[in-house]
Amino acid sequence: MAVKNIMIVGVGGQGTLLTSRILGGLTIAGGYDVKLSEVHGMAQRGGSVVTFVRYGDKVAEPIVEEGQADVIIAFERLEALRYAHFLKKDGVLIVNDWRIDPMPVVIGNAEYPEHILENLEKEYKVYRVDATEESRKLGNPKVFNLIVLGVAAQHMDFTKEQWYEVIEKTVPPKTIEINKKAFDVGYGMK
Amino acid sequence: MGKKVIMLGNEAIARGAYEAGVKVSSAYPGTPSTEISEYLVQYKDDVYEEWAPNEKVAAEVAVGASIAGVRAMACMKHVGLNVASDPLYSVSYMGVNGGLVLVVADDPGLYSSQNEQDTRMVARAAQIPVIEPSDSAEAKDFFKTAFELSEKFDRPFIFRTTTRLAHSQGLVELQEREEPEDKPYEKNIQKNVMMPGNAKIRHIEIEKRNLELAEAANTLPINRVEMNDTKIGVITSGIPYQYVKEAMPEASVLKLGMVNPLPRKLIEDFASKVDTLYIVEELDPVIEEQVKSWGIKAIGKEILTVQGEYSANMLRKAILKQDLDIKKPAEAPGRPPILCPGCPHRSVFYVLNRLKMHAAGDIGCYTLGAVAPLSVIDTTMCMGSSISTLHGMEKAKGKDYIKNWVAVIGDSTFLHTGVNSLMNMVYNHATGTVIILDNSTTAMTGHQDHAATGKTLQGDPAYAISIPGICRAMGVKNVHEINAFDLPLLEKTIREETAKDEVSVIITKTPCVLLDKRKKPLYAAHADKCKKCGMCMKPGCPAMTKNADGTIHIDDTMCTGCGLCKDLCKFDAIELVKEGE
Repeated sequence: MAVKNIMIVGVGGQGTLLTSRILGGLTIAGGYDVKLSEVHGMAQRGGSVVTFVRYGDKVAEPIVEEGQADVIIAFERLEALRYAHFLKKDGVLIVNDWRIDPMPVVIGNAEYPEHILENLEKEYKVYRVDATEESRKLGNPKVFNLIVLGVAAQHMDFTKEQWYEVIEKTVPPKTIEINKKAFDVGYGMK
Repeated sequence: MGKKVIMLGNEAIARGAYEAGVKVSSAYPGTPSTEISEYLVQYKDDVYEEWAPNEKVAAEVAVGASIAGVRAMACMKHVGLNVASDPLYSVSYMGVNGGLVLVVADDPGLYSSQNEQDTRMVARAAQIPVIEPSDSAEAKDFFKTAFELSEKFDRPFIFRTTTRLAHSQGLVELQEREEPEDKPYEKNIQKNVMMPGNAKIRHIEIEKRNLELAEAANTLPINRVEMNDTKIGVITSGIPYQYVKEAMPEASVLKLGMVNPLPRKLIEDFASKVDTLYIVEELDPVIEEQVKSWGIKAIGKEILTVQGEYSANMLRKAILKQDLDIKKPAEAPGRPPILCPGCPHRSVFYVLNRLKMHAAGDIGCYTLGAVAPLSVIDTTMCMGSSISTLHGMEKAKGKDYIKNWVAVIGDSTFLHTGVNSLMNMVYNHATGTVIILDNSTTAMTGHQDHAATGKTLQGDPAYAISIPGICRAMGVKNVHEINAFDLPLLEKTIREETAKDEVSVIITKTPCVLLDKRKKPLYAAHADKCKKCGMCMKPGCPAMTKNADGTIHIDDTMCTGCGLCKDLCKFDAIELVKEGE
């Protein structure tokens, strides 16, 4: 299989590392060669973070380059905007419809762009997910990223059972059920 | 075939240490090297390891273990090697008994560092051989090779990684642990006591060993020629090798697993077989300058940068002259890292800002106090430097000049190298005020324990060194311990202590908000009571935003209930809505 390029983008602290662990486990279960690249350290303190996941028959570099992403999973709107140009022509962008103001916006030195999703939809195939609101309904706003993953799963090469298996192995034991429920919510969305 | 698993580069190094039969490891946390020690904990029955207060200590512990005859290692980031460079230059003369490897992680692109220095340059200056892997599988396997070569050639080795290698995951095949026999210890002062007469002889000896190693490098399996189309030949190593394979799979490649010393014959032979030779290495032209000094024609930094990370697209443009159809990034406001909601540093910086103080800063999360809206920190250079920088200012301009200055330093950084600087202040009649932001952990690198937390690397109980005790023992008369969120007391103490003509230490003792896993309290803002004065926004808490009408909104997924905003609101518009545990 030709190499597939996935990106997870968000704000440090939103759980991009957990998500990348899940994708890593998944690609191994699928029997692929795989490389992932993550951000640790200072950027994890509320900065813009990106994780690259590449899998296929043989993977060389661990990063996804501009114009090459098949799927971008964005946990926040502004981060979707920042990385959208990494998408290839027929790539898909899955966005949690959520806003976190960066510090330059909080202190009035910059404006949070208006109509991000509407503008991105003009250029890219965009799936909006109201994951933060949906996860509140489940009683735990922290599991929003599994809802977004559930939507993304529909654009990747793994069975639902494979996803379940890796979720069970990766998330803290106490949270397996709620995380699987959250995944189901996303998996059921069109 | 062993089992194949996916591992972070740093995890693979830890596995390599286990498989190589390493018995002792010492380290100080530093992104991107920290996780090596954390992953090594799982092998604690076989490998002793510890957090040392700094990299110099860590390296010396590893040297001691090597002299005693076991395989030993120390881990650090590139700037940590500067701290460890004193033992580095001399252990180079001494050589090893048990194999000795220092893992040193460079940070091209400055993801989490104060400079972009290239460890290979330091290694060349200290005449230390360097091995560099290109992915997780090599990180594990080459690490074992490093120990074999270290013992065979009686040389300490540096195992160089970069952020992209350290923090990328890839497949690794697991093997069993080797149990090399401990080397017998034999007293040998010519080798192990570096006084002038001995060192003079050792210098000659290591020059000889390095020549032998350089000769052996021509046939080492980790230096590999991949002959292909000969129009383009590339010499590369580490992560850039992957970019070369991605951008030009048809090119011929000489992939160097050992980047110091270089295999001259292998390089000359490879160069003679290709039409155009390129050298692709991130950061400094270390390979390039040596290759060119041998009269070999090559292209390197003429078309490739000495800054930041490379990529396959960069090589496609620079070497293949391809015109890539790439969209421009959208205009988007930046999202720099910030202090977390509930961070105790924010409260201290808010008070310093209100008092119009300047701060000589240090290395840690609190370096973020330099940026708006807190904007308190004026200088940040290296570990421990805040205190000595402040002292230098006082000696330059007199004690009145620093009445509106403080030094700020974290607990782990204070123990790392701040202690010496405070000693200097006491000894040399200083009058400055030092604030130790004690959050009971090494926070920035991901919460590692240290000598004052009461826990070892393995999480076992340990004696907790007293930071106020150290300060008092050194002769600081004014030592105060304050809760970082006690704004009135904090303000009063900073005013009083900076006014004194004596050294003062104020320890703000409040644990990092991320350490406390209990359910946090939650605050909410009431639009009807809010007067839109903006007081609560001054500390720059990321959980707070302004609504369209200018009233305040507190994000309930981010608020950790520190109460700083509530304390600043004069109109009771911010209320506790949920109690914490």
